[in-house]
Amino acid sequence: MDILVCVKHVPETAEADIKIDSTGKTIEKAGLVFDINEWDDYAVEEAVRIKEKLGGTVTVITVGSEDANSTLRKCLARGADKAIRLSDPKFEGSDSYAIAKILHKAIKDLPFDLIFTGAQAGDDGYAMVGPILAQLLGIPHATMVKKIELKNGVARVNRELEGGLEEIVEVKLPAVLTIQTGINEPRYVSIMGIRKAMKKEIKVLGMTELGLSENEVGEAGSWIKIEKLYVPPVEKQAEFLDGTPEEIAAKIAEILKARGLV
Amino acid sequence: MKEIFILAEHRRGEIRDITFEMLTKGKELAEKTNMELAVVLLGKDVKEHAKTLSQHAKKVLLIEDEKLENFNSESYQKVLSHLIKERKPLLTLIGHTSFGMDLAPSLAASLNIPLATDCIDLEIEDSALMVTRQMYGGKVNVKARLRQAESYLVTVRQATFPAEKASMNGEIIEIPSPLSEEAANKRFIEYVLPPPGGVDITAAEVLVGIGRGIKDESNLPLVEDLAKALGGVLACSRPIVDKGWLPNDRQVGTSGKTVKPKLYIALGISGAFQHVLGMKNSDLIIAVNKDPNAPIFSVADYGIVEDLFKIVPSLKDKIYELKAGKA
Repeated sequence: MDILVCVKHVPETAEADIKIDSTGKTIEKAGLVFDINEWDDYAVEEAVRIKEKLGGTVTVITVGSEDANSTLRKCLARGADKAIRLSDPKFEGSDSYAIAKILHKAIKDLPFDLIFTGAQAGDDGYAMVGPILAQLLGIPHATMVKKIELKNGVARVNRELEGGLEEIVEVKLPAVLTIQTGINEPRYVSIMGIRKAMKKEIKVLGMTELGLSENEVGEAGSWIKIEKLYVPPVEKQAEFLDGTPEEIAAKIAEILKARGLV
Repeated sequence: MKEIFILAEHRRGEIRDITFEMLTKGKELAEKTNMELAVVLLGKDVKEHAKTLSQHAKKVLLIEDEKLENFNSESYQKVLSHLIKERKPLLTLIGHTSFGMDLAPSLAASLNIPLATDCIDLEIEDSALMVTRQMYGGKVNVKARLRQAESYLVTVRQATFPAEKASMNGEIIEIPSPLSEEAANKRFIEYVLPPPGGVDITAAEVLVGIGRGIKDESNLPLVEDLAKALGGVLACSRPIVDKGWLPNDRQVGTSGKTVKPKLYIALGISGAFQHVLGMKNSDLIIAVNKDPNAPIFSVADYGIVEDLFKIVPSLKDKIYELKAGKA
């Protein structure tokens, strides 16, 4: 089973303070910690587990600048065999559609049985690349996958629906599956493992090598053009309680008491 | 007259809320731009749904086929691309749900029409389409323009617009199914219902919800003690279930449960909309988070910008003090 996993190098923003930069079209990246997109982490782990069970190879692919090498190294340390980085200054401003086109060019001549992507990315959250890539390759897809069984050229997968419900669908291989968090428990990657992965080669391909033209990538090749970023308007703001932890606790306790909750 | 399509979403015999939410927005857009709102309904034996929907839009385009009994993105894509090519709607709205996320991107790519997903608002200016969506877990809003085209596709976030109330008497137009065979590459097998048993967080009056900020599984007893002191139970956001620290019957949000307790204490939960949708109707919400800009503070009644590990032990002590005082 040869598996390609598309990964993205993203800033960790769940607990970070986000500032919009002076262009108003993106956020200030300085000071943010970048790592593999959380969903992709599960996708890589799932691919490596399948390889360990059935044999084959795992190749990770990303579209990004040199900074993304650390994410690829992490994947190699986790058990991926090869890493490819698609990089070109002209890729700047690409939306999910353009990214899918770039990935398509790199992937179409590679041997594979399965392609994994994360179900979405933690930064822009479009959840588009996987199924668009499938369409460009002319193969089936299933999104938000929480369980995979492979047999006789078919992937039988559980898709996450709403409210705790799941559905089982079967897709013929080769196929694109977008992986939902919680499908597995990604293994711990040791510093030693990452050091070892430092020696592995990362293949870098640019626009001409991929046979792409300028109007297929970047803003010109995209569906979506960002006009401006802004802080969401606050419809309702909590009343903030301050003081020492003891004082705050006392205030909360008073509120609960007044409402008959204690 | 140009049309605006709303793709009806239904599952296991019920029209899903997102359909009526999209109708609200679709109706507004149709009125503003002098276009005709049409609900597209695909399924098997769904005439009842068609009747219901005809009270919400001028037209219901009904395509019935036994091959459309359960949602299958492959079959749906075939039917919709046929319909979009034929009728050339300016805009098609699909829910940003497990159903729409499986369908919209490949449909858009196959027709090469621009798509924006997970939108919380949209407007048509002349024939250009502007959308509003969120990034970075709801910390930033984005206004974006779609590439100029004859037809656009947008997926709409759940619970963003109020549900449309029945106010029309629309026409049901039956369209023959363009499908000649079952989907070749994708097959629906069955639904898997969540396992019964466990704790029913929807019945609890007090919930202590925990998120990423809890950091480590070893910190669970601390928050469990607080829940106990309050006579409540622990609930959580998605990352806690993904890590296996709590079972998935404790998950609050779109992929988990919707709760409405008398008190919801959110600890270390940033407030991504998926979670917020499941708890925003609680009677009283108190949130503790280190990040003053965490979106959870816009749904909470009271907010505390502080390390939860400093607040929780003090709060637990205070609760017991109060209880002892009472006794």
